[in-house]
Amino acid sequence: MSNGAERMRRELMIRLVREFNSGTLTENIDRIPLTIRPLHSDPTRCCLYHDRAVLKYRLMALLGVDCKAEDDELKPLSAYLKEAEQRTSSPELPMTLCAAGCAGCPDSRINVTTNCRGCFARPCVFSCPRKAITVVNQHAVIDHDKCIMCGKCLQVCPFSAIIRTKVPCEEACPVGAIRKNEFGVADIDFSKCTFCGKCFSKCPFSAIMERSELLRVLQNIRNGRKMVALVAPSAQFQFPGDLERLFSAIAKAGFHDVMEVALGAELTTEHEAKEFIERMKKGEKLMTTSCCTAYVELVKKHVPALLKCVSSTPSPMRYAGELAKQRHPDALTVFIGPCIAKRYEATQSDNIDMVMNFEELGALLAGLNIDIMGQPKWPVPRPAIATARNFAKSCGVTEAVLQELLGENSDIKLDSKFLNGIDAKSAKLLNLYALGKLPGNFLEVMGCEGGCVGGPGSLVK
Amino acid sequence: MPAAKIKVEICCGTTCYMLGAAELLKLEDIVPEEWKDKLDVNAIPCLNACLNQDLGRAPFVKIDGELVANATLDRVFNLLNARISGEGQNE
Repeated sequence: MSNGAERMRRELMIRLVREFNSGTLTENIDRIPLTIRPLHSDPTRCCLYHDRAVLKYRLMALLGVDCKAEDDELKPLSAYLKEAEQRTSSPELPMTLCAAGCAGCPDSRINVTTNCRGCFARPCVFSCPRKAITVVNQHAVIDHDKCIMCGKCLQVCPFSAIIRTKVPCEEACPVGAIRKNEFGVADIDFSKCTFCGKCFSKCPFSAIMERSELLRVLQNIRNGRKMVALVAPSAQFQFPGDLERLFSAIAKAGFHDVMEVALGAELTTEHEAKEFIERMKKGEKLMTTSCCTAYVELVKKHVPALLKCVSSTPSPMRYAGELAKQRHPDALTVFIGPCIAKRYEATQSDNIDMVMNFEELGALLAGLNIDIMGQPKWPVPRPAIATARNFAKSCGVTEAVLQELLGENSDIKLDSKFLNGIDAKSAKLLNLYALGKLPGNFLEVMGCEGGCVGGPGSLVK
Repeated sequence: MPAAKIKVEICCGTTCYMLGAAELLKLEDIVPEEWKDKLDVNAIPCLNACLNQDLGRAPFVKIDGELVANATLDRVFNLLNARISGEGQNE
């Protein structure tokens, strides 16, 4: 666990599960913010009341509510809970923004700190191409109307006195989908958003939140509804104990069956390899992977010229959903992974009913007091092959397809390239791929650095 | 006679694991080389401390049987340092 925001998020999830399980959630949900920040405790923000207000919004997001839809500030959590209990579908959008939590970080600019010594050489003044720096009372001053934020002064200052302030969410977003609105707080433009979750991971105030489906999962467990857990390959090494013990723990939580999404990855590999050969035979120059939803959304919304190169092969999640529905036609399927974008992809598929991330799964097990290490090994009927389990790592998809091509009798050579994590730079690179200006005929794109294992909803980073 | 090793038990119940024990498992990677033969570090199943005590105090660690709440790598390191070097720490 790397920071306080992560800790609070997880603690709230565990509390929610515990209260639900003991049948006291309706009675106690309005009290949770007070339990966490009781009178006379130390606030993290300006005061206890601000902390409590933000905790309320976090709990709303945990109930799947869009905080922006709030029309009455006095509406208690218990009323939101009552509404959430009636929900039978996933939230249409996977994220929501907590305006009360957003600090409205000042716009990115170049600032002179008190480290400035007003030195004699003044390299900052000389290096500035816009003559935006003057020295007043032995201290450098930047004229922000002239400054173009080139950062030259920052590099030459011998005292490291000049810094560039950042708006972390805006810096993190590869596509400029998050900006401050007229009230000075961040707002997500969902017509541009690719659901990559970079803003979610990078906001130091944790103002960007996932709209959880934990409540629906808990309700279905309580109602004895038949459910199948589809566990993404990135679950390996995320939990104490091994995959087999984790599967037993999930079953103990109330799932009828537990399946590896890597079984779907096997089918994705097989079809993607075939599709690649067909496309190359037709004389096409490039095919890209399609398993990363954030990448596919990026192409759809920002690089439409590349869309024809994106493989039409369904993702491992979709194939796994299909397998699960074949095996258990009367069951609800729950995809469990580290990804925010998959929440969106799931709303586009009939075979995935709910999505949980690893944090929520951990909270579910923790809240039900299920110790993973103490579980017996789950008898996995047929473990997925190694290359499919490796899908979650950068280059894993490429390796799997390469292996698959070895079996095909074809003289077509795979010349693979990869983008390991999407940022503003690599997003621009995709335009060059669309224009056919870069080498390679097979491009693997992973939205998260390192692959799915680096996902925003993972437990161990 | 070599001195008895200090027993460090890291609770890896799901709650503690979620709230920081996953980090605590890196303890052996961050301690000085000369501590290695003085420590006996183990990941152990749930201590149930998060049920009996406040959830807000997880993760829990036991050092020679003594329960430590809100355990962080830093705190555990300092407690061990106090034991090993005998120097008082401001905890």
